[in-house]
Amino acid sequence: MRELALNILDIVENSVSAGSSIIEIDISVKDNMLTISIKDNGCGISSDMLKNITDPFVTSRTTRKVGMGIPLFKMASENSGGDFSIKSTKGVGTVVTATFVVDNIDRPPLGNIASTFSGLVYMNSDIRYILKYNNNGKSFVVDTKEIEDNLDGIPINEYEVVKFIEDMIKENMLESGGIL
Amino acid sequence: MKTIKDINAIKEQMQAKLIARDTANTETETRILVGMATCGIAAGAKPVFDTLMDEIAKRGLKNVRVTRTGCIGMCKLEPIVEVIVPNEPKVTYIKVDSNVAKRIVAEHIVNGNIVKENIVGE
Repeated sequence: MRELALNILDIVENSVSAGSSIIEIDISVKDNMLTISIKDNGCGISSDMLKNITDPFVTSRTTRKVGMGIPLFKMASENSGGDFSIKSTKGVGTVVTATFVVDNIDRPPLGNIASTFSGLVYMNSDIRYILKYNNNGKSFVVDTKEIEDNLDGIPINEYEVVKFIEDMIKENMLESGGIL
Repeated sequence: MKTIKDINAIKEQMQAKLIARDTANTETETRILVGMATCGIAAGAKPVFDTLMDEIAKRGLKNVRVTRTGCIGMCKLEPIVEVIVPNEPKVTYIKVDSNVAKRIVAEHIVNGNIVKENIVGE
């Protein structure tokens, strides 16, 4: 994975297949520390599975016995001097949190969060997505529920709406301190 | 800077477009599936997905839907794109990039000619 945005795209898919109806992506920068957390209200992970979840040979998929999504995200965070954690309660949901040292040479760029988020809305429009972004106090929130309330019944996954969401996030991110 | 309120500006044009869509037959919908598990994403499926989405919107194709799918077990050949045209056998494209994605829309979806260079097994 070249960008953290792609890790997010990958990890969120786990939340989607866990049957979540709300997925929150939280990106915050405080001084030299970047924290990315993905929180869902999906089915959760059993404590047995959770123990070994960062093992690449533990996976829920059936096509083969290797699952690289979580190990790659963990590696990206630990390689750049950060920490990785995953907390889950069966029937309540899961929170995946990864931290990164911003000026570490091994930290991957954040990448295109705007297109990742709007892409997720396009792919699974029945899920409520919330993006919270905070760069040293400059912050914004995008909530697809709020957008839908303003759409008067136009589907949120229409191309024009998706592009609008992408542009809105892009502009807000530039306003909140530029590219990470 | 755009805020949620600016969405009102695109609503009117959207409504006209949706009325046109309603008359389209959903049973003749063409589906484009992009493999976007970890392997697909790492191989570059996201820009392929974006290109397909853009090309379809640009050409105003009404009966085409791009969706995400998981890993089909050929990670080495990712990014993989499957095209399902109603009443035709499924076509699986491998090692797709943005240029191939553009060709898939122009040559396969619009004109009905399979992009032979990138189909699996060739």
